[in-house]
Amino acid sequence: MNFKTSEKILITKKADLFFAGLYSAFQFIIRFFKEAFVPPYEFKEIIKQCYEVGYKSLGLITLTGFITGLVFTKQSRPSLSEFGAQSWLPSLVAIAIIRALAPLVTALICAGKVGSNIGAELGSMKVTEQIDAMEVSAVNPFKYLVVSRVLATTLMMPLLMCYTGCVAMLGAFLNVHLNELTSFISFFEAAFDKISFLDIFSSLIKSIAYGFTIGIVGCYKGFNATNGTEGVGKAANASVVLSMFLIFIEEILIVQLTNSIR
Amino acid sequence: METELKNKVQKGLVITIRDLYKSFGDNHVLQGINLDVFSKENVVVLGRSGTGKSVLIKIVCGLLKPDKGLVNVLGNEVDHLKDKQLRELRQKVGFSFQNSALYDSMTVRENLAFPLVRNAKHLSRQEIKKEIESVLDDVGLLQTINQMPSELSGGQRKRIGIARTLILRPQIMLYDEPTSGLDPITSIEINNLINLVRQKFNTTSIIITHDLTCAKSTGDKIAMLYDGKFIKQGTFDEVFSENDERIQNFYKYNFIK
Ligand SMILES: Nc1ncnc2c1ncn2[C@@H]1O[C@H](COP(=O)(O)OP(=O)(O)OP(=O)(O)O)[C@@H](O)[C@H]1O
Ligand SMILES: [Mg+2]
Repeated sequence: MNFKTSEKILITKKADLFFAGLYSAFQFIIRFFKEAFVPPYEFKEIIKQCYEVGYKSLGLITLTGFITGLVFTKQSRPSLSEFGAQSWLPSLVAIAIIRALAPLVTALICAGKVGSNIGAELGSMKVTEQIDAMEVSAVNPFKYLVVSRVLATTLMMPLLMCYTGCVAMLGAFLNVHLNELTSFISFFEAAFDKISFLDIFSSLIKSIAYGFTIGIVGCYKGFNATNGTEGVGKAANASVVLSMFLIFIEEILIVQLTNSIR
Repeated sequence: METELKNKVQKGLVITIRDLYKSFGDNHVLQGINLDVFSKENVVVLGRSGTGKSVLIKIVCGLLKPDKGLVNVLGNEVDHLKDKQLRELRQKVGFSFQNSALYDSMTVRENLAFPLVRNAKHLSRQEIKKEIESVLDDVGLLQTINQMPSELSGGQRKRIGIARTLILRPQIMLYDEPTSGLDPITSIEINNLINLVRQKFNTTSIIITHDLTCAKSTGDKIAMLYDGKFIKQGTFDEVFSENDERIQNFYKYNFIK
């Protein structure tokens, strides 16, 4: 995005740069919404990106999800058994996983894997003038590159979150089953007893927000990469750091919001 | 000046640049450029590295915005166009990048198909295939159709880059250093290709280079860029018969080494 930083310093140089950056990021988001819903659509590219985002992170997410569920259960048991309340374990774990762990773990893994990938890919396309090349061949690079990627991350994140939740619950079940010999059915009956529709709904909203954040931050950083190969590394790095930071901010906001509804 | 311009348009003026200025911060790159390019003419812009040749043609195709001045391409003032109009204009203007800028996640075939399927929606799959093959044949690289850009040599990449811009059948071609970094024989092949493109597709071209062989064999008109201005415009012989040290130096060093 071409924003012109004026020569005159308004506040301090750093603050000026910060606000100029904020403004251009805001414009980037506005442009996304303007272009996402106007034809022509790049369906093929969207599907390809969904595959990249979803399918390719599946292995990593399965592993981390499962371990998260298992370890969390294992670590919670001692404090519950002090009060003789092991029977609460399934519902405690379910609440933790569905309300917080599944969306966060998925988003953080994807910020690392998908966000850095998007930042690096678009960044290298930018510095090798491939984005300019699209522009001059009368193709809209924003639509082809940005819209497709952001839609893909936004659509896939809730699906991945659900998947992580299931895998983590399986991990938890395994631990409980091995220790208390609880059956599959009674474990899940106990687990979902305390889960409300609002819990699932707010987690879905969260992961949609996280997916959008990962996509748009990666694209923004990549699209605005400068300074050759060094800039590509920086774009990839900044995508991960900034999207993780924003994910935690959003987590706080959404939790506050759902708690006020509850 | 209005009427003068109108007369020239009737004579087939395709690109007009008047009083063009462009700076990056304190780096005043272009400082008052004037240029007329007529239909089917090959204009060569010569100049040393870093004088702003690439910046000049990027302004012509709207990739960069000028600070001041008029840039008129096919009757459109480039820096006042809306996105949609700019895109329409760009279908008629081909830009071949200095570093080729091939899409490196796509094969050669997909590179060529990319602009075509998005701009020529009426074409059937068969026609697109035929078009790609014919334009690859024009640049003599039909055998590379299924290769990735990383598997091509520099000269091949240049030619694929030219093919990718040719595929939209532009009226204007902008070549950014088509022969830089290539051996003399490959350079001559590229020069021949540039001339062939003009003959076959009736294109008007601006060719950026610091290679005098390229300038001599492709240019009808040479414009010598120095310190942000054209210090001389004319045919090759006119320009280099000038007794100006800046021009003579350029000539000497090109042939001595
Ligand atoms: N996007 C940009 N931002 C800042 N400065 C730029 C930008 N593009 C070009 N410049 C500056 O403009 C000047 C001219 O650059 P340009 O690429 O046009 O040179 P050139 O004549 O094409 O040189 P070469 O023959 O090496 O390609 C350089 O000093 C460069 O630093
Ligand atoms: Mg250049």
